[in-house]
Amino acid sequence: MAVPLMLYTLVILPFLAALLIAIGSSHGRALHSGLAAAGSALGLALILGIAGRVIGGDVLAVSVPWVPVIGLDFSLMIDPLGLMFAGLILGIGLLVVIFGHFYLASDEATGRFFASLMLFQGAMLGIVLSGNVLLLLVFWELTSLSSFLLIGFWRDKAEARQGARMALAVTGGGGLVLIAGMVLLGTIAGSFDLMTILERGDIIQASPLYPVMLVLILIGCFTKSAQFPFHFWLPHAMAAPTPVSAYLHSATMVKAGVFLLARLWPVLSGTELYTVIVTSVGLITMLMGAWVALFKHDLKGILAYSTISQLGLLVMLLGFSLEMAAVAAVLHILNHAAFKAALFMSAGIVDHETGTRDIRRLGGLAKVMPITAIVATLAAAAMAGLPPLGGFISKEMMLDETLHVGLFGISWLVPVVATIAATLSVAYSLRLAVHLFFGKPREAEPHARAHDPGAGMWASPAFLVILAVLLGLVPMALAGPLVSSVAGAVIGNAAPPLGLALWHGVNVALGMSLAAVAIGALLLWRHAGLLRGYEAMRHLDAKALFDRTLGAADREVRKLIVATHSPSLQRMLFASFAVIVALVAEGALTGGGTLTGARAGQPASAVAIIAWGLLIAATIAVVRAQRQRFLVLIYISVIGLIITLAFVHFSAPDLALTQISVEVVTILLLLLALNLLPKTPPLLSSQPRRYRDALLAIGGGLGIGGAAWAMLTRNPNDPISSFHLANSYSGGGGTNVVNVTLVDFRAFDTLGEIIVLGIAGLAIFALLDTTSRGAAGARLRSWQEDMPHSPERHPLMFVMATRILLPLVLAVGIYIFLRGHNQPGGGFIAALVVAIAFLLQYLASGFDWTDARRRVGEHLLIASGVLVAMATGLGSLVFGANFLTSSFGYFQVPLVGEVELATALLFDIGVFAVVFGAVMQALAQLSQISQRAARAHAAQVEAQQQGSEP
Amino acid sequence: MTLEFLVASAIGILVAGGIYLALRGRTFQVVLGLTLFSYAVNLFLFAAGRLTLDRPPIWSKTVTEYADPLPQALVLTAIVITFGMTAFIVVLALRSFLETGSDQVDGDDAPCTLDEQAKADATPEPHT
Repeated sequence: MAVPLMLYTLVILPFLAALLIAIGSSHGRALHSGLAAAGSALGLALILGIAGRVIGGDVLAVSVPWVPVIGLDFSLMIDPLGLMFAGLILGIGLLVVIFGHFYLASDEATGRFFASLMLFQGAMLGIVLSGNVLLLLVFWELTSLSSFLLIGFWRDKAEARQGARMALAVTGGGGLVLIAGMVLLGTIAGSFDLMTILERGDIIQASPLYPVMLVLILIGCFTKSAQFPFHFWLPHAMAAPTPVSAYLHSATMVKAGVFLLARLWPVLSGTELYTVIVTSVGLITMLMGAWVALFKHDLKGILAYSTISQLGLLVMLLGFSLEMAAVAAVLHILNHAAFKAALFMSAGIVDHETGTRDIRRLGGLAKVMPITAIVATLAAAAMAGLPPLGGFISKEMMLDETLHVGLFGISWLVPVVATIAATLSVAYSLRLAVHLFFGKPREAEPHARAHDPGAGMWASPAFLVILAVLLGLVPMALAGPLVSSVAGAVIGNAAPPLGLALWHGVNVALGMSLAAVAIGALLLWRHAGLLRGYEAMRHLDAKALFDRTLGAADREVRKLIVATHSPSLQRMLFASFAVIVALVAEGALTGGGTLTGARAGQPASAVAIIAWGLLIAATIAVVRAQRQRFLVLIYISVIGLIITLAFVHFSAPDLALTQISVEVVTILLLLLALNLLPKTPPLLSSQPRRYRDALLAIGGGLGIGGAAWAMLTRNPNDPISSFHLANSYSGGGGTNVVNVTLVDFRAFDTLGEIIVLGIAGLAIFALLDTTSRGAAGARLRSWQEDMPHSPERHPLMFVMATRILLPLVLAVGIYIFLRGHNQPGGGFIAALVVAIAFLLQYLASGFDWTDARRRVGEHLLIASGVLVAMATGLGSLVFGANFLTSSFGYFQVPLVGEVELATALLFDIGVFAVVFGAVMQALAQLSQISQRAARAHAAQVEAQQQGSEP
Repeated sequence: MTLEFLVASAIGILVAGGIYLALRGRTFQVVLGLTLFSYAVNLFLFAAGRLTLDRPPIWSKTVTEYADPLPQALVLTAIVITFGMTAFIVVLALRSFLETGSDQVDGDDAPCTLDEQAKADATPEPHT
């Protein structure tokens, strides 16, 4: 398979599997796990197919630009480090899928489980195969999200939800910090391409931003890899099903931070700052995790803290900035993945077969579940670092490396602390095996029901334990070339020569190792006493601390919101207007220059002055009579009419036509709404408040009016309109420049606008269609008619007149529509005119009569209008022109003469349909509500009359 | 008096009326305020093309001077969108009135903090 295709397939496979599983989620467990296993196995086969080439030194890469502006390429790369991690992710993934198939009951939501698991696998693969650090961040966030789904899989359990939330908060928060660090890294290096960054270590370490960048990236890694003080999320993530824990905490999620440290080792490591921070954090985590693990009773709790400790070990090794330490880290990553996954699965088996995970209730299980006992004991021995297992070799190497590192100038600090931590590791590993499988059973009930599971469940851990054993017996044959080549990739150079073996002769490391085993065994022997001492001590509860911190943050944010954003429209509007007025005033006062410009004014005719006076009077009347609501509507329509006249006067016939028809529709709308709203409500605002608002209003009026005046008395600054005038006829094929602008020059704007209008229409439907339910429905049913009505519901003259009018108006509408390209008119105006004709039918003949005769619904009109407009625009793409390019031609039609046909006309049809649909939607819905209320009222009146009659 | 003065002062008056009404406490008044405000805004946008008499932007071979077509096109859609917005707000106001029985923008007792709001939300409303 070609390299690019192979890499893409590798990353896409898990996501594809997740999608398929999600689609088939109603099918059985076998399909889900089968798909997941197939996806993992296929990926693993691909990895194995290229393993030889990659270990041999080939770096396979592929890249396509994604968002080139910010340097984000979709580039994938596979080098030995990526290969090893991809192999772990897919290999352990496959084993976990097999284990999970038998672990989960068939009535669980296995579709959701395996889909999330595959999603997570894809995200992890993305991290380790990304060739661009920004792309890596995308996958990094995706692991946080998908692990949230996995940890919270049993969503009916509070601890699962809390654990998932905590993991998301910590790792997701760390991810945000990491983004900042990575962006800094890319900025310093001048590229976001991983290969380029790795070559520019010198530039990066010389940058003054290096310390900031380093700390940010380290926080990202430490949160993900559960390093102190961010470790507390990991034990709580144990609320996840055991297969998830086995996957997340052995080879994947928590290794992502370690991976990133290893990946960026050539550019980050080597400085004093790096060594001190990473080594000490790793050391503290290793010691603390091992100490706590010794005293946990929950099997998974022990494993959780042992994981924290082992991760600390890895981080510490990478922190040494020594090449051999990096080699040891690589080897230990392999070892840890093998024995830890096996241990988690064993814990799952014990839980599954005995019904408890509390080590204090178990014991002597070796007799009843011998296979599990062998598997888990060997894995625990590997974790303890006992020969002849793989864990022994890497622990030996680790101890040897500590001798070369002095922290804070103290040469014995690291070796001594590391030996203590190793001692504790021996103790908790031995305790796990001994207390669980040997000695006498502590409680009869779990012991009585315990037995070995079917082969399906123990096969996976057994396979891993065989690997862990072989890693100790034949390390060079099994892992030598891989470790050597991966270490080379981490270091960025050829790795130092490697001699993995159990026996290196008598040296200091061996002595430390022996001491660790001896003292560890001693600790286990005296465990009961130690436990009493441990429990007598006071311990910081990280979860309570976390909850308190979150609670405090929540309270403070609430306070801030209340202080800045009170839930009062009046206050918010006042603040907004006040700020705008202040800005205008500030600009006017500090901008300099004069208010009045040099452009000569045009004398106003007497008619104009009278119209102006009417407008002023009507506005004042609207404000003064605001509580007599029907009266206000009349004043409002006066204003609308005068504005229409102004448009006529100032050479804007299209605007005048639009304004007058919108005016009619708006007044109808307000009338219909007012029918149900209070007509003359009492005064609400206090007098000082009214004065305050009036003051602000006058300020605003002066500001905006002044701005208008300043603008009108100056000449325009080289407007672009001349282009529209020059090209309207020759380019757009129409003489009405306004219409050509709408459907051609700026058709994209118009498209957006009709979509907005369509959305408004649909939103109105959504708001009104559900009014009959709940509190609104109850109010509507008890609505009392509070207006005198004509006794004749449908006056005959009115009905007849509107019915005769309808075809006439339709003809006018078509005329206005067709001539729109050359004369005032067009889709907008025609739609409004036609809408008014139909609304008149609703008014005159009632909702039911009209609605029953309606052929096409408003939804259909809006949708088809938008689609027609879009299709017209897309049509031009077919001819190789830009989106929404119009085309036109003149055709000779017999009898009619020359006729122009333009694609813009099609676009205008779309506009027509949307505007018509949206207007009808708003008004027809509203009138239906009114009708419903009126009918309810009539029924009440009737009921009362019947009730009053004896 | 010049036409420019008439238009500018009309815009100013409409803005003042619009702001004052938008700050009132009942939904219908706020709708009226927004209507006045929209008139003013549309006029202002239109005025950006300056005031031109008797020269509609209908292209003809013999005419060389036209009113500015661009603000007209923009205002035309703005008028229609204004209708859409007004209709939406009116319906929103109506629905909220039917739902709560109050036509005040901040509710009957205008809770001033989120906590009070939460408390008010938590108490179930008696169905009438």
